[in-house]
Amino acid sequence: MANLQVFDQGQKMSAKKKLPYDKALLVSMHKQMCLFRRFEERVGLAYTKQKFSGFCHLHIGQEGLAVGVQGALRESDYMISGYRSHTQAIGKGISPSAVMAELFGKVDGCCRGKGGSMHMFSKEKRFLGGHGIVGGQCPIAAGVGFKIRYSNENDVCVCYLGDAASNQGQFFEAMNMAATWDLPVLFIIENNKYGMGTDIRRTTSVDHLWKRAQAFDMTHSDIDGMNVLAVYEHVSGIVEQMRRDKKPHLLEALTYRYRGHSVSDPGTYRSKEEVEDYQKNRDPIIQLERYLLEQKMASEEELKAWDKEAKEKCKEAEEFADASPNPPVEELWEHVLVD
Amino acid sequence: MPSLTMREALGQAMAEEMDRDNKVFLMGEEVGLYNGAYKVSKGLLDRFGPKRVWDAPISEGGFAGLGIGAAMVGLRPVVEFMTWNFGIQAFDQIFNHAAKMLYMSGGQFNIPIVFRGPNGAAHMLGAQHSHAYEPMLTNVPGVKVVSVATPYDAKGLLKSAIRDNNPVLFLESEMMYGFKGEVPEGEYVIPLGVGDIKREGSHVTLIAWNKILHKSLEAAEVLAKEGIEVEVLDPRTLLPLDEDLIFASVRKTHRLVIVEETWSFGSVGAQIADRVQKECFDELDAPISRVTNEFVPMPYNENQEHHVVPQVDRIVQAIREVLYI
Repeated sequence: MANLQVFDQGQKMSAKKKLPYDKALLVSMHKQMCLFRRFEERVGLAYTKQKFSGFCHLHIGQEGLAVGVQGALRESDYMISGYRSHTQAIGKGISPSAVMAELFGKVDGCCRGKGGSMHMFSKEKRFLGGHGIVGGQCPIAAGVGFKIRYSNENDVCVCYLGDAASNQGQFFEAMNMAATWDLPVLFIIENNKYGMGTDIRRTTSVDHLWKRAQAFDMTHSDIDGMNVLAVYEHVSGIVEQMRRDKKPHLLEALTYRYRGHSVSDPGTYRSKEEVEDYQKNRDPIIQLERYLLEQKMASEEELKAWDKEAKEKCKEAEEFADASPNPPVEELWEHVLVD
Repeated sequence: MPSLTMREALGQAMAEEMDRDNKVFLMGEEVGLYNGAYKVSKGLLDRFGPKRVWDAPISEGGFAGLGIGAAMVGLRPVVEFMTWNFGIQAFDQIFNHAAKMLYMSGGQFNIPIVFRGPNGAAHMLGAQHSHAYEPMLTNVPGVKVVSVATPYDAKGLLKSAIRDNNPVLFLESEMMYGFKGEVPEGEYVIPLGVGDIKREGSHVTLIAWNKILHKSLEAAEVLAKEGIEVEVLDPRTLLPLDEDLIFASVRKTHRLVIVEETWSFGSVGAQIADRVQKECFDELDAPISRVTNEFVPMPYNENQEHHVVPQVDRIVQAIREVLYI
């Protein structure tokens, strides 16, 4: 039984709760966060090397949320997301190689090169996309929740959206239906403070985005999305409850992206100090590493080795994507309609 | 053969398909307790219960998207729009999600869903309730578009649409729900993508669908008295279009008039004209003529509305033009 300690604004905080986390779980979370970060770093580099083009939105800084949420789910749960979803797709079980190959537009990509950065899908892994129309995924998530109820199943559907997507009408329509009909959808707002280059406070009437749920009498909460264990614990509780009562929930996760909105965004709308503060004091990987060291669950050498392992996996993914051929031109005619 | 109204035929199609497959459900505004804004779903809530028939909030984008999500994971929704004029609130879901999901996912997620409702001008509903959306709906790869003119076609085509594994956009008309026609008892389906010759003729081909088809048949009747035999062709499915049937008819009559209750710019009629001039150039004895709405928003005033929408006299005039009489 170990105590969870969280760090906020650089200050070490006292343990909130006693948690029965074993070493294996924490190590796997560390490895997964390293994998996500190294993967996105490699994706960013590949983009600058012009291995692929188009839009590319990196998730660096937001790994704690993706890993914490994934840990609270089981394989049969559904997930749907927006356009910043490479790592969520990997978390749901699509291999890094298939995601990298998809980014490169190759035939071994998870969508045979037809989806790209914003459109990762896996029917087998129940990852229902990466979607490029901001907020458009929300009613679709309600439909997945509808099916779960219709078929008397016990899964849940996680629907990620960004802070700015929370101003889309479709999000409100989806919340209304989910709350009215008790559809088991966990809406997670990844609040990284900026909708592209616009501070969310400049476009939004509420100071906390979880307040959006109040209009629908829907349960809601918020969480420090930079703290993987806090996310894991909190979301586990929500999901457990959701499996029992099928009711939706809105979770606002406070997080931060270190890179620009997309790879072409230099991020001139925010200060260097703000970014550095998050990187130095609130980074999800550093926080977990400190905890592992303090609890003597890992040594510096082990942490380095796990990170190296992650780097190696990403290198392999890129080699796989490099080697994969382009899809044949004739395939452009396929997948328009089915028989 | 029993005579049914269009609304009864459509209702029968849904009831039979819901009986046949418990993955089929109906969702839309007023479809349940109210028995449908136009009573198309009359009796379905009583018969199938609230699990299969859902009264939706006024959230077309929302419940269209809900249907798409449900279709992604194995259900077969029928989504009713009270009018396609409201349905355009859901164009993002239909075009960006339903139509593109299969393609973007590299063939993993097909969307078996039907979006259905009345389309086009009815009678004095004003500009916002009178638009006809065929040109926009058919301009998107990844969907099928059906427009029905008779109860027989409506039932057979709706059953096929519900069984289809793709998004099907199904166009009806407020003015035709009470229109009666013969519908055989027992099971039948009409395949999507197959047009129908509604009246045979040898002098000129007239293409029309949905309620304007009936004015076109009237125009053919007027000209028959003068010994002019008009072949009236109903494509029934606008996407994919039964081009073979159209080309065969034009090769027989050598003249073509296309009538549509939509606006002329970039319309289905424009597409048909393009395909026919390309494939039947040497067969044509006259330029193709088109009869469409006047290019203004739909006026409310009854007489003005009458002048915007094609009428029998305008159709007759267009036929005379291609016959040079």
